[in-house]
Amino acid sequence: MKHIFVLGIAFTLFYACNSGNAPRTLPILGNRVVVGDTLGLSGLSATYDTKAAIGDTLYPIIPDFAFVDQDSQLITNATFKDKIYVVDFFFIHCPTICPKVKANGLRIYKKYENDDRVVLLSHSIDVKNDTVAALKRHAEKLGIQTNRWHLVTGDHDAIYGIADDYFSVATENPDAPGGFDHSGRLILVDKNKHVRSFCDGTDAEDVDRFMKDIDVLLAEQFGH
Amino acid sequence: MQNLKFSPRRHGKHGAIGIFLLLVFAACSGTPYTEGERLYKTHCANCHMDDGVGLSALIPPLAGADYLETARDRLPCILKYGLKDTILVNGRQYAEQMPGVPTLSPVHITNILNFINHSWGNSNPPYRLDEVERLLEQCE
Repeated sequence: MKHIFVLGIAFTLFYACNSGNAPRTLPILGNRVVVGDTLGLSGLSATYDTKAAIGDTLYPIIPDFAFVDQDSQLITNATFKDKIYVVDFFFIHCPTICPKVKANGLRIYKKYENDDRVVLLSHSIDVKNDTVAALKRHAEKLGIQTNRWHLVTGDHDAIYGIADDYFSVATENPDAPGGFDHSGRLILVDKNKHVRSFCDGTDAEDVDRFMKDIDVLLAEQFGH
Repeated sequence: MQNLKFSPRRHGKHGAIGIFLLLVFAACSGTPYTEGERLYKTHCANCHMDDGVGLSALIPPLAGADYLETARDRLPCILKYGLKDTILVNGRQYAEQMPGVPTLSPVHITNILNFINHSWGNSNPPYRLDEVERLLEQCE
């Protein structure tokens, strides 16, 4: 009797941990609002879809942006239409975490090099030194193709502001090594401009998990 | 009397066994340069990576780098004061600046260099402390 009881518990635990065979999906990150309830129509700004109606449940979206990449191309939300993309913030003369984040970014780049549904987007937070020419040189030394990995610069406030929308951190701090304080996060954005996953770009194991998330998102949004 | 006589051959044999055991111990316990490893992780691994491979054409490798031999006398100064000029590592040019770590003491530098010289397949001769101190006096 005791054995059956133990067996029963074991089975319950086993099935509790494997509940349902539905494919894993990624959450949409950020504060959810209900229009007319938690947020009035007039409160809909660039962060939430302005075309929403009363009663709609909304998740934050990445607002419109316009930056310039290493080939002097204008990079906007339209660049990532029908694509998912991976974001980070860096600067070229970063003496701390950037090279590790770049090395892990290169792993992602190489894995999806021939899959044009996945693009990488790195924002420089050193707008003074990281000119288009400097970004171009950096890209060449990394050995990356522009249309697969955009290194962008642009208006100082626009770059620092959009870091918040990606739930990342970018601040100027004279006391930080290199003069900037920023997170080494890699952030995954879906084709509806929602942030779906992130990882610590300095941690190779966390990046392994993140790459699995990219595959989960590809399956969800492209069916394969 | 014969037995009490000093026998270099016998001592040599014991010495060889001792060195062999020491090598086995060193091989089994990872790097013998644990302090160098700790300092490397703090000051160097962000750019040169934990496995010393560097990053594309931006950051030169340390693993299997001929520069460790060709610029042996320069390395202590590079660690302490950084590097501004273009260098050639395994036939490839690297032109990025490297920041130095001025707070490193000669002991720190000796430990880091010996860890690097002994890791990832590298087997360059170790630095002595007095050698590093002498080289640091000649930094440009």
